Amino acid sequence: MTQSIIAILEHQDGKIARLSWEALAAAQKLGAALNLPVEAMVLGSGLGHLAGQVAACKVTQVISLDAPALESYTPDAYCLALHGAVATRSPSYVFLPHTYQVREFAPKLAARMGRALLSDCTGFRIESGEVIFSRQLYQGKLSADLSFEGDGPYFISVQAGSFPAAQLERGENPAPVIEERVELPKDQIRTIPLERVQEAKRTVDLSQAEVIVAVGRGIKEAENLPLVEKLAAALGGQIAGSRPICDSGWLPMERQVGSSGQTVSPKLYFAIGISGAIQHLVGMKGSRTIVAINKDPHAPIFEVADYGIVANLFDVLPALTEEIVKARQS
Amino acid sequence: MKILVCLKQVSAKESTLRLSEDSLHVRESDLSFEINEPDTFALEEALRLKEQLGGEVVVVSLGPARIQTSIREALAKGADRGIHIETENAESVDRTWAAGLIAAAVREEKFDLVLTGLQSDDLGTGQTGVILAEFLGLPHATIIMEIQIEESRIKAKRELEGGWFEWVEMPLPALLTIQSGLNKPRYASLLGIKKAKSKEMRRVTPVELGAEVSGTNALRLRKIYVPVKSKNTEFLDGTPKEAAAKLVERIRREIVSSPS
Ligand SMILES: Cc1cc2nc3c(=O)[nH]c(=O)nc-3n(C[C@H](O)[C@H](O)[C@H](O)COP(=O)(O)OP(=O)(O)OC[C@H]3O[C@@H](n4cnc5c(N)ncnc54)[C@H](O)[C@@H]3O)c2cc1C
Ligand SMILES: Nc1ncnc2c1ncn2[C@@H]1O[C@H](COP(=O)(O)O)[C@@H](O)[C@H]1O
Repeated sequence: MTQSIIAILEHQDGKIARLSWEALAAAQKLGAALNLPVEAMVLGSGLGHLAGQVAACKVTQVISLDAPALESYTPDAYCLALHGAVATRSPSYVFLPHTYQVREFAPKLAARMGRALLSDCTGFRIESGEVIFSRQLYQGKLSADLSFEGDGPYFISVQAGSFPAAQLERGENPAPVIEERVELPKDQIRTIPLERVQEAKRTVDLSQAEVIVAVGRGIKEAENLPLVEKLAAALGGQIAGSRPICDSGWLPMERQVGSSGQTVSPKLYFAIGISGAIQHLVGMKGSRTIVAINKDPHAPIFEVADYGIVANLFDVLPALTEEIVKARQS
Repeated sequence: MKILVCLKQVSAKESTLRLSEDSLHVRESDLSFEINEPDTFALEEALRLKEQLGGEVVVVSLGPARIQTSIREALAKGADRGIHIETENAESVDRTWAAGLIAAAVREEKFDLVLTGLQSDDLGTGQTGVILAEFLGLPHATIIMEIQIEESRIKAKRELEGGWFEWVEMPLPALLTIQSGLNKPRYASLLGIKKAKSKEMRRVTPVELGAEVSGTNALRLRKIYVPVKSKNTEFLDGTPKEAAAKLVERIRREIVSSPS
């Protein structure tokens, strides 16, 4: 085993995605704490320009795995290529961003190597020389401390926003780029990627809204939505929803906020009967002022809320709408 | 078409979570249980495929005796038989453990299609299905929103970030992990509930499946805790009217300046 850390970065449209910079920042942070060198790894076909972007960061080298079959992502090709590349280097830790793509191939890669993956990691600390990682449980209502046992490599995928990309360290000189051509047996790549489509037609651009009133499953029935619509109207705001609200067809898909919906940053965001799962939070935590109304004082939404009302929303909404109408008239 | 659906029983959505004394579990006595939400969508999808193409739907679940209620619920909705892998201990965070046991219990049956949820509401690792695909040697795709079967191949629509989707195609047998919202799960009928009582439920223990499938044990849970709140939220109390008035006072500027 080499004493090193590898960060595997994802790219799209010729750019390293933001969350991948965060994964590299996490790797650098652990590298600094344990005094381990950090290497970055990218996969694709003809990635010269991309590897150059990564080489500007403080890494000992950038490994670019190159094969025609890596041009479009498939879990089989990624697992095959990474299994070879990681096994030969045998690093102590492998960091990845917790993206949809990583969710799809990383558990398989780790299992194939007889190792465990700690998915959706939110942080780590070092206690008596041991690295203790944390992640959420129960949709953010609880947290857990975990540690690895046995031999590395230890696989870790990091949650969006947990290791700010702003902390990424730049290198003094560009790091060397190692291009590695990999042979991938065609018959072992079973998935064929077909077309990409964007479904929800965008007639409202929530990213431009100044006030958003978002409603979650706490509203119970579609029949109760007018309560929220009245509040939105009183505020001159846009109505939005958590995923289950849009999945049920109570609001159109284009009004969904979160990792699989829109990212918004209004001046004022109301989260009404929304628990605050990470996939919702990533879509709205950039809002200037966040108000949460929830009957559960421990709902994770309060972790981002500036103002909170712990109460039954059916009692609060009418009173709130009335107060707002008054304030706007005076 | 022979379809396997992996169902996990999890604590019901609005359960109050209290920690055990050793801070390693959530106390079960305080909980009520339900089928993990995406798994109900996976089951519904399997039942629809069976209605279209014929065949059999089998459900498998790993856990203590209480999970039999969830298996029965699936049988009442129309699944043909159930497999209960009986374990006493809490679920391991190392998901090679669960996936290894499920693989050992179902390998011989040679399913054409295996469906799991994309992640569980409790551990939420999102790994069990993917590792199961590896252990069963199946091609797989995750976070699926639509399925089309074409002879011996399957097309699936993967959800991507930010409202994008990707169609992928692969040969059967295959494994897909299902995202919530791709269909409308049915309720069990009275007749279904009655019929479920006489449907087969195979029970098997990890020992019977062979000790070698206990997983890698490479990840250890050390402690569970209530997250320490780092944001300084101002909580507004009083009657609904009082709380509303206090809030309006705090955000008056934003309210008055917002468009009408
Ligand atoms: C890959 C993936 C992508 C996802 N993408 C998104 C996404 O883009 N956007 C998104 O929102 N979610 C997304 N999700 C789903 C997300 O994980 C949560 O399941 C979802 O956000 C929960 O929605 P909710 O808060 O409305 O419902 P719940 O979690 O059911 O919460 C309901 C809340 O209402 C409160 N409540 C109930 N009754 C009342 C009452 N009478 N008064 C006051 N409060 C009440 C409860 O205390 C609870 O906190 C995604 C999940 C995955 C796995
Ligand atoms: N104990 C279990 N029994 C049956 N299926 C399970 C079990 N645990 C996880 N699964 C399946 O794997 C999916 C992902 O779970 P997880 O890896 O815990 O997030 C779930 O949606 C289930 O379909």
